[in-house]
Amino acid sequence: MPEPRHMLEVIDLKVHFPVSRGFLRGQDKLKAVDGVSFNLRAGETLGVVGESGCGKSTLGRAVLQLIQPTDGNVLWMGQELTEADSASLRTLRRDVQIIFQDPLASLDPRMTVGEIIAEPLETHYPEKSKAEVREAVRAIMAKVGLREEMINRYPHEFSGGQAQRIGIARAMILQPRLIVCDEPVSALDVSIQAQIINLLMQLQAEFNLSLIFISHDLSVVRHISHRIMVLYLGKLVELAERDALYARPAHPYTRALISAVPLPDPARERERKRIVLQGDLPSPLNPPSGCRFRTRCPLAEARCAEEEPKLRHFGDGQEVACHFPEREIRP
Amino acid sequence: MTPASEMTDTKAPLLEVKNLTTRFATPEGEVAAVSDVNFTLHAGETLGVVGESGSGKSQIFMSIMGLLASNGKASGSVKYRGQEILNMAPARLNRIRGKSLSMIFQDPMTSLNPFLTVERQMTEVLVLHQGMNKASARKRAIEMLDVVRIPEAKRRVDMYPHEFSGGMRQRVMIAMALLCEPDVLIADEPTTALDVTIQAQILDLMDDLKRNLGTAIVMITHDMGVIARLSDRVMVMYGGRVAETGPVETLFYQPYHPYTLGLLASMPRIDSDLGQALPTIPGQPPNLQFLPAGCAFQDRCAWCSERCLKELPLLRPVSEGHSRACHRDQLDIAALEGVHA
Repeated sequence: MPEPRHMLEVIDLKVHFPVSRGFLRGQDKLKAVDGVSFNLRAGETLGVVGESGCGKSTLGRAVLQLIQPTDGNVLWMGQELTEADSASLRTLRRDVQIIFQDPLASLDPRMTVGEIIAEPLETHYPEKSKAEVREAVRAIMAKVGLREEMINRYPHEFSGGQAQRIGIARAMILQPRLIVCDEPVSALDVSIQAQIINLLMQLQAEFNLSLIFISHDLSVVRHISHRIMVLYLGKLVELAERDALYARPAHPYTRALISAVPLPDPARERERKRIVLQGDLPSPLNPPSGCRFRTRCPLAEARCAEEEPKLRHFGDGQEVACHFPEREIRP
Repeated sequence: MTPASEMTDTKAPLLEVKNLTTRFATPEGEVAAVSDVNFTLHAGETLGVVGESGSGKSQIFMSIMGLLASNGKASGSVKYRGQEILNMAPARLNRIRGKSLSMIFQDPMTSLNPFLTVERQMTEVLVLHQGMNKASARKRAIEMLDVVRIPEAKRRVDMYPHEFSGGMRQRVMIAMALLCEPDVLIADEPTTALDVTIQAQILDLMDDLKRNLGTAIVMITHDMGVIARLSDRVMVMYGGRVAETGPVETLFYQPYHPYTLGLLASMPRIDSDLGQALPTIPGQPPNLQFLPAGCAFQDRCAWCSERCLKELPLLRPVSEGHSRACHRDQLDIAALEGVHA
């Protein structure tokens, strides 16, 4: 089989959750992810940003088949995953791992650090001897910056940053090719965030890892990503190379998001022109017609309520779903 | 609304905090959450308090507001307009809390009663504290919701907290905190749980309060961006002590304490050049239970010397209004690059 162009290809992925309207009143559909397409190369980091309810975590889980997609395709190395049997899914689980926001909550409190990190290896390679497993655990612990004597300790003895290192070691022990990182530094103290970001970038360079980096923090995403995808209420609104996205954000939502991040620079922060969006996120159960962003968009016109903007190419490799991507916003 | 000018004509500081120390009794022994904190807050001023978890930044203000957990004990002095309020009996403190000093928190749901409408929760204060009748209290509540820009305040005042979104709830809480026109609004991570576009709205609102009502604001946060946006002065907390304090520009452009330097350098910024690795502060924030002798930052500091291991650095001035708790007289920035790269 020829090597596919992309490691991962996601085509028109949809995840809809049924939501009960109440007794005998039938069901609504919550369209958490509604037709998202993207691809990922080896060694690439794709940042996924958006606010609560935009579907970024659901998207990450659906790619891993931890949530069954409602529709669409997920191709891993050219192989369709949405219809894969459990044997090929098991192979996938070796290649694709996930780390979570709250490292302590995702680690079994009754297992030692060594057991936690060894577990995936023992599950996938039961033929490995105890000595081999222990050696692999030691090697990966050293790689993520955990001291060897920590191997027999329990998760509660660790701080958030160290617990996240344990989560990363557990994900890395199978030598995966892709790690989905779901808000991996959001719960950490500022001085610890940089340590974990550096670690992920270091591992990526060494093992040619691909990362899907889900975060609400636009500064962190900018630092770690090669390309970035912006989601709003389950829709992809913009996808671009990192530098293009921050230098020339095309979608009004992307522009508002970037301008809303406070700069740690008092003089520049105070003279900055900000696009402050009015109102709140609409309910994802009942999203606006046409463009889902139109109720908060400073550029919205009648057309936006009638016609949903299609994702189209714009500028230099950017993709944007907006009828008026070039129009200036007056704050 | 009292105009700003009327509030600022008094010269006495609104808050004068001296040698504030807060200890918690735990089964493992005593923990000093706050040690020897001193500061003053003047009318109309915004003080930013920044630090990581366990730095003591919130406990300073929980002590001031008399809201410590039952195993906590505060000592030192806190004067509100010259009157000692630290450890005041709750009945007397209640006359100052809410009316003169108000506090809002990260999670509005913990401060709002889910069983009562917003109107009930807002008017209760006015009827009890200010002796208003129900109709004028309701009118005032609606006015206040307008001030914090809640659309359709007239209708929404009759709704329950769960019917509001996260950002709206935070606005309701700010409105409640402002009902009695406090001199000081203490905001403990008010935007941390909010999305960035909603955070921008709330920061705008606080900016307006500062300008239009002359309310003094204490902004407690871990986000240097939020500090840069709103503060006049900044206090950087580490291990329960003030590591550095000064005017906001000085602190950001001429930071002096190695921790402040490290904090500013290690943050990924939306406007920075993208180099390879971020400079980091090695190690973990200290465990307050086992603070070392000497400087609490010693094992993470690139400039640590023999003296730092033995002797606690006291806050000493760098320039007018700018102090740091560090033994070093000069910091060679190259050391930061060299050690942390």
